[in-house]
Amino acid sequence: MYSYYLTIVLAPLFAAIVAGLFGHKIGRKGAHSITIGAVGLSCLLSFYVLYRMYWGGAEPENVSAYTWAVSDGLRMEIGFLVDRLTALMMAVVTFVSLMVHVYTIGYMHDDPGYQRFFSYISLFTFSMLMLVMSNNFLQLFFGWEAVGLVSYLLIGFWFKRETAIFANLKAFLVNRVGDFGFILGIAAVVMFTGSLDYVAVFGQAEEVAAQSIEVFPGSPWNAMTLICILLFIGAMGKSAQAPLHVWLPDSMEGPTPISALIHAATMVTAGIFMVARMSPLYEFSTTALAVVIVIGAITAFFMGLLGIVQNDIKRVVAYSTLSQLGYMTVALGASAYGAAIFHLMTHAFFKALLFLGAGSVIIAMHHEQDIRKMGGIRKYMPITYWTSLIGSLALIGFPGTAGFFSKDLLIEAVRESHWHGAGAVYWIAYLSVLLGVFVTALYSFRMFFLVFHGEERMDKETRSHLHETPWVVTVPLIMLAIPSLVIGWYTVGPVLFGGFFGDAIVVDPGRDVLAHMGEHWHGPMGLLTHAWQTPVFWLAMAGLATAVYFYLLRPDLPAKIKAKVEGLYNLLDRKYYFDDLYIKGFAAWGRGIGTALWKRGDQFLIDGVLVNGTANSVGKLAGVMRQLQSGYLYTYAFAMIIGLTMFLGWLIWFR
Amino acid sequence: MIFEAMLFYLFAAVMIGAALGVVFAKNPVHSVMFLVLTFFNAAILWLMAEAEFLAIVLVLVYVGAVMVLFLFVIMMLEVNVEAVKRGLTRYAPLAIAIALIMVIELIQLIWLRSRDVQISSSFAPNPEGYENTKALGAVLYTEHVYAFEIAAVILLLAIVAAITLTMRKRPGLKVQDISKQVSVRAKDRIRIVKMDAEKKQ
Amino acid sequence: MIGLQHYLTLSAMLFVLSIAGIIINRRNLILLLMCIELMLLAVNFNFIAFSRYLGDETGQVFVFFILTVAAAEAAIGLAILVVLFRTRRSINVQELNSLKG
Repeated sequence: MYSYYLTIVLAPLFAAIVAGLFGHKIGRKGAHSITIGAVGLSCLLSFYVLYRMYWGGAEPENVSAYTWAVSDGLRMEIGFLVDRLTALMMAVVTFVSLMVHVYTIGYMHDDPGYQRFFSYISLFTFSMLMLVMSNNFLQLFFGWEAVGLVSYLLIGFWFKRETAIFANLKAFLVNRVGDFGFILGIAAVVMFTGSLDYVAVFGQAEEVAAQSIEVFPGSPWNAMTLICILLFIGAMGKSAQAPLHVWLPDSMEGPTPISALIHAATMVTAGIFMVARMSPLYEFSTTALAVVIVIGAITAFFMGLLGIVQNDIKRVVAYSTLSQLGYMTVALGASAYGAAIFHLMTHAFFKALLFLGAGSVIIAMHHEQDIRKMGGIRKYMPITYWTSLIGSLALIGFPGTAGFFSKDLLIEAVRESHWHGAGAVYWIAYLSVLLGVFVTALYSFRMFFLVFHGEERMDKETRSHLHETPWVVTVPLIMLAIPSLVIGWYTVGPVLFGGFFGDAIVVDPGRDVLAHMGEHWHGPMGLLTHAWQTPVFWLAMAGLATAVYFYLLRPDLPAKIKAKVEGLYNLLDRKYYFDDLYIKGFAAWGRGIGTALWKRGDQFLIDGVLVNGTANSVGKLAGVMRQLQSGYLYTYAFAMIIGLTMFLGWLIWFR
Repeated sequence: MIFEAMLFYLFAAVMIGAALGVVFAKNPVHSVMFLVLTFFNAAILWLMAEAEFLAIVLVLVYVGAVMVLFLFVIMMLEVNVEAVKRGLTRYAPLAIAIALIMVIELIQLIWLRSRDVQISSSFAPNPEGYENTKALGAVLYTEHVYAFEIAAVILLLAIVAAITLTMRKRPGLKVQDISKQVSVRAKDRIRIVKMDAEKKQ
Repeated sequence: MIGLQHYLTLSAMLFVLSIAGIIINRRNLILLLMCIELMLLAVNFNFIAFSRYLGDETGQVFVFFILTVAAAEAAIGLAILVVLFRTRRSINVQELNSLKG
């Protein structure tokens, strides 16, 4: 199996190198053939690995591929830990990636950076696989940073657009904040366990949890709490949790396939995956779990609200991604790691689908992204319409879709997680995810109705060209719509309640809500028939109904409401002023310090006083000293004599 | 003893006077002559200190060779006496000041700082049968033989240096080139020319 | 009657005189050389006197070497002087300031 793993990882890398460095030689066709071939191979092998893991009953494998360095007993290795969690992630990543590769042929058809784009997304696939297949923290960090790098490159793919450059810089800087916490967390892991290897670290979790460290003098922290919170800060950056979420909406400046692949389906879920992978650590720190659940709840609800006021089709989907990531984080915080990963998987399918659908609309609209200028597209693009409908229904958790199973059970798990106590943490988490359902339904169908129904608000020129997109676009849509619709039926039982993850995810028995829920599990059909009894269902329906009422029956109402609650609208429109805080606060402050250091510190003090000042004073001193050097022999003789006299005098009188 | 002291003072006085002459004489040739006189007197004083060998060496080497060298150079260069004016008036005060400081320092050193050493009494007599040259040779060729060798090298160096510095190639000078002479070949020397016999007139 | 002190005094006088000579005759290179010879003579005087006073020939060995080196120095110095004169037609020290930076 080792050679399979290597192939899975290295095939996309090879394709990325070929497409990136020899793109002009192999041409457009060569570039997409080789990358799709490589990712297709990875995808096939990943599914084979998943098959072997689940149906074939293969044991988890932990292989070390290469020892990079050994320093003071600390082994830095490249290795693969492949268990069911990994296999599931591999399958999701490669499948969505393959779909996006195919889709890109249509989306980037006229772009001059065609080969570059394919190289980047293949590189992304490689990096993401390195991340999920890692068996140690160092490789995890490598993958973590590599996907960040590719994300940076792809957000700024159209590097001549100023907004794209701004967005990718923003993504880069915000991720640095998270990564700083992440690497501190890894350092803390090494400090307490002396190892980077997952197995070794997890084995020592209990001992680490017994230790404490004084972060600030006089206030000892539990070592495990510190490690977990630091690692979670990294996850907050990568998975765009409040308050480090600001980069994700702006990342929509990148091409749509990227938004689907990186900023919705896979990369942003790296944080979720990481926390699930670290479950043996998180289970030892309820404090860290409380932090996780609160951050996730805030993100889930408040970021969803922002989706209601956005007018850019991709930004609406982006905020919904934020919100759904919040849901997953809440599940993590509730120790329902399985539910988080399950939602991650279903979300990957339907969110990629939604993005690609949005991209299909954007292609048809000639790169117009404002939903106020769309409407009534349904009859022009039937395939896009139906697939987007499936995606939206899955997103709001309509009974029977993939999202229904994952979301319903996720919320159920949060409701059942009483171990946080009945205090504020529990109610914040539960109410956030519950009300979030209503918000999700509202913004999803607001967008859906504005785009596909209602009057046609686009100009004549665009309308005359409006038609369904080519098969390379629609086939991935259909391919993603199928799992979005049906995957829940087949996977919900085994993944959540069938002990699918085995040893990959460790949960304290006292808090194992999924096991608790599993006692009352009667199969997906049972869940479906009880759907109408849950508040989740009615909230989703209420959101849907509200959207129908506002955007289909009374399209004049939203503007009136907007005028009524202008303060609230502004708050949402300005995204709770986070950008203003960061740009005018931290960034301006940093720039101020930077300018001061540059002008005062560097130019004046270092360059002016120290560097040039030293040179100048040496020059001045030399200018004075050279007067002594007359060049005449007798001057030197004279100096010698005076020196001799003085030396003799010192010898006689002062000694 | 008195006689000896009188001799010492006499020669010392002459030596100081000659040294003054060296410094203040207007003509460099006179300066050299005064220097010769100084060296002679110094040699005499060294004789009185029973350093006979060095006294003779001083006369032979210095007066006989070095001073003559000085004279040669001065004569050869035809230095215009008037051109090389003395900065006597301008620099005399400074010279006197420094000399005075030096004198004070030396007096301090010699007369005031050495009270515990019996220095004003005359030298202890040398043991019976002492020969300065022999004693000097005994240490020079045993203990200091390496230094002696180095001194020889230094002298050789001085010879080589002086010759290299002053030698110059004059154009048109006919000299032998040995290597050319040795490496010559017959065909370079003899050229066989065929020519018709002359006709009888 | 005549002891170490007298010789040292005499040598000191010679030394001071030669220093004064160097300062006064600062324009004439030959005279500078001659004053240096005088200075060396003064030093030699000290060596001889102390050698005699201590009854140790090492001092005289030193004088021997000093004489050697001084002779070599004088020969080379004069050679340089000759070359100098040949190239610049002058031995006036005031014209020799090419050392100046």
